[in-house]
Amino acid sequence: MRCSVFPVIAVICGLMAMWYIAVVPMNIKMALTDAERSGMVVTPSGAKERRDRSAILLVAQNPFAIKATFSLERPRLPAPHQVAIELWNSTVNKKITSKRSLIFHGWITLSATLLGFAIGTGLGTLLAVGIVYSRAMDMSVMPWAIASQTIPILAIAPMIIVVLNSIGVQGLLPKAIISAYLSFFPVVVGMVKGLRSPDHMQLDLLKTYSANSSQGFWKLRLPSSMPYLFASLKIGIAASLVGAIVGELPTGAVRGLGARLLSGSYYGQTIQIWSALLGAAFLAAALVAIIGLAQRITLKRMGMA
Amino acid sequence: MTNEPVISAQDLSLTFETNDGPVHALKNINLDISKGEFVSFIGPSGCGKTTFLRVMADLEKPTGGQITINGVSPEAARNARAYGYVFQAAGLYPWRTIGGNIRLPLEIMGYSKSDQAKRVQDVLKLVELSDFEKKFPWQLSGGMQQRASIARALAFDADILLMDEPFGALDEIVRDHLNEQLLDLWRRTNKTIGFVTHSIPEAVYLSTKIVVMSPRPGRISDVIDSPLPADRPLEIRDTPEFIEIAQRVREGLRAGHGPE
Repeated sequence: MRCSVFPVIAVICGLMAMWYIAVVPMNIKMALTDAERSGMVVTPSGAKERRDRSAILLVAQNPFAIKATFSLERPRLPAPHQVAIELWNSTVNKKITSKRSLIFHGWITLSATLLGFAIGTGLGTLLAVGIVYSRAMDMSVMPWAIASQTIPILAIAPMIIVVLNSIGVQGLLPKAIISAYLSFFPVVVGMVKGLRSPDHMQLDLLKTYSANSSQGFWKLRLPSSMPYLFASLKIGIAASLVGAIVGELPTGAVRGLGARLLSGSYYGQTIQIWSALLGAAFLAAALVAIIGLAQRITLKRMGMA
Repeated sequence: MTNEPVISAQDLSLTFETNDGPVHALKNINLDISKGEFVSFIGPSGCGKTTFLRVMADLEKPTGGQITINGVSPEAARNARAYGYVFQAAGLYPWRTIGGNIRLPLEIMGYSKSDQAKRVQDVLKLVELSDFEKKFPWQLSGGMQQRASIARALAFDADILLMDEPFGALDEIVRDHLNEQLLDLWRRTNKTIGFVTHSIPEAVYLSTKIVVMSPRPGRISDVIDSPLPADRPLEIRDTPEFIEIAQRVREGLRAGHGPE
């Protein structure tokens, strides 16, 4: 345990250090402007003068302002502790029903993510079965599935929302469909590979029992595909979350992590943006960890782990 | 019991069409195998011995001639589950226990749950793996896995057992032991066995009939009816009779190989 914890902590410390170092030059101009306004002597004086100066040079000329770069109200890049405090305040210190609670917004996004993931996984599995068993589907569906993923999701998400809205579907489902759009693809690719993973000998063996094709599916192809399925699900659930967040952006939604990002950027609330980003990252990590746990339990019960 | 041969091939040919032209895997094969015989097919790589076995099992279709299994076509025999097939590798499903693997053909063939359990017990006893029913394949050695795969082929009690180099990947000591067990099993069950092998001692030790094959095109170059008694201890391999048959097999292989 100790030897797996240490590298993780080392990497986190390294990232934090880089983050803190980056905060100084990113925020120095703003900090200097504030300092000048409060009557301090800044070299060179005048915001206009400083605009085109190198940030690193300004830090070197005005070392007194370094401390201030970590505590600006609307920094260009917030310091880690500012984001941490915001995260704490918007989760633990807020009621879950509050519009300012990150947990509230997280749940809105999570519900769309889970629904989209379920739709995407179901659809992906069905398509994979079709592709493996039908030559026509193999030739016709796969190119479209690949083409669907080459379209930027940001371009197609507003259209999905608008089209569905015009036929009266709104709320959770349009976001879930965007999630499904992103998450079905890894499932299709993984399951096609998995369902085709049994070798000739295993297929011949079933033939010697004159097994029918549904027996071949349930007893050989589906169990063989399990390791592939779980690898796909891990990619799929993360893609679902991205889909749900992107689905919240184009409509100017007022609820959800995407809405938090959007309103943060409207009002220059960088700390809010970063805390929503980190919140989304923690959510994704938790979801992937849950899939990983399900994988461990399933494969262990199947004697394959 | 009738005098009809269990397996009968007349003028059997199989040609694979490849990009480099036709490959004659089997050409004009004539062979009758009677009930209860233990027939080995021996020959160098590419002589068609595995292909011949696969034709019997309806895993390949012949392109010429006739073959019958129990008097019917291989396909009808396969659909009637007339044979058990043992592959070169054990090929056990890693997600099923040993018992579960042996249950696989029984589930597919629709045996009742209680019948399944009884048959699994019986064949596990036959291959001396009774204590391993609940173990997963990776917990067993290669030899034990191959025994489990033989048990799987025996579970539905087909009269014919087709084995494609089942012990090819095992070491000599394990192989000797499994050969002894296989002979014992054959004597007790009175099955008809077709057995593909590379090894002359293995073929001579096991068989009542040795079919020597030669490549390009795959054909039978000699059929030797073994005069050895049914009861064969391992030591029989040092007797003059044994050495004499082995000599004849070796000559058959050399003659078939041609001046290459």
